[in-house]
Amino acid sequence: MIPLWWYVMLSAALFTIGVVGVLSRRNIFIILMSIELMLNAANINLVAFSHYLQSLTGQVFVIFVITVAAAEAAVALAIIILLARNRGSVYVDEFNIMKG
Amino acid sequence: MINQLIFLYFAAVILVSAVLTVTRRNPVHSVMFMLLLFFHIAGVFVLLNAEFLAAVQLIVYAGAILILYLFVVMLLNVDRESSAPRANRFWPWMIGFGLLIAGEVMLLIARGTFPAEEGKTMQHAGGVRELGISLYQNYLVPFEAASIILLVGLVGAVMLAKKQSKE
Repeated sequence: MIPLWWYVMLSAALFTIGVVGVLSRRNIFIILMSIELMLNAANINLVAFSHYLQSLTGQVFVIFVITVAAAEAAVALAIIILLARNRGSVYVDEFNIMKG
Repeated sequence: MINQLIFLYFAAVILVSAVLTVTRRNPVHSVMFMLLLFFHIAGVFVLLNAEFLAAVQLIVYAGAILILYLFVVMLLNVDRESSAPRANRFWPWMIGFGLLIAGEVMLLIARGTFPAEEGKTMQHAGGVRELGISLYQNYLVPFEAASIILLVGLVGAVMLAKKQSKE
């Protein structure tokens, strides 16, 4: 039998890796994939609590999270294509035209 | 016992491939490690009796979203990939910050008590039937809102990525 806190620990570690990836990488693809890592950490938490609390609400919310992640990925990748076409770069620290 | 060993294997592969995802220089390699990560997260879902969600994870995340990422990464084909630095200049601070967050969260988890023991887990609730009934009765309005979100994502992606016409 697996204790619940193992899942919560795994989810926390995965979320932290995602946070560090968002904050420290330059490539915008890796930043988006780190956001997906954080969403997956939340999904693990939701499914684990849904299993241990005997309620299906967590699994329903995971379906919604996956839906929102799909829409977010589509729009974000369209924006990245626009950025790369207009600015010729995918590195976030080169997008500084609003800097005073 | 065997479940714990399987969980430890899944957790180890998930953490290692997550670290490799955020540290590789080539985005295509990152996508491949992300694929490995999604497969093992689906395995964790199977351990938690959520078989339908494991299938959804594989089909939607690994089959649709990740392929979309891979297409765009290969479409843009940014060279200079071998010479540019992969992290911004704040990365040691950010890693320290991440370790701080992780330590704090794990301390909180270790101090908390989770009321879960052997007999309290559900047996057959991971099936499609219960999930469908819950989704279409209790959560019908959020379900329709999710479909609106998908429609907005579809239209928005097409509108953003098409060639701008010169008027």
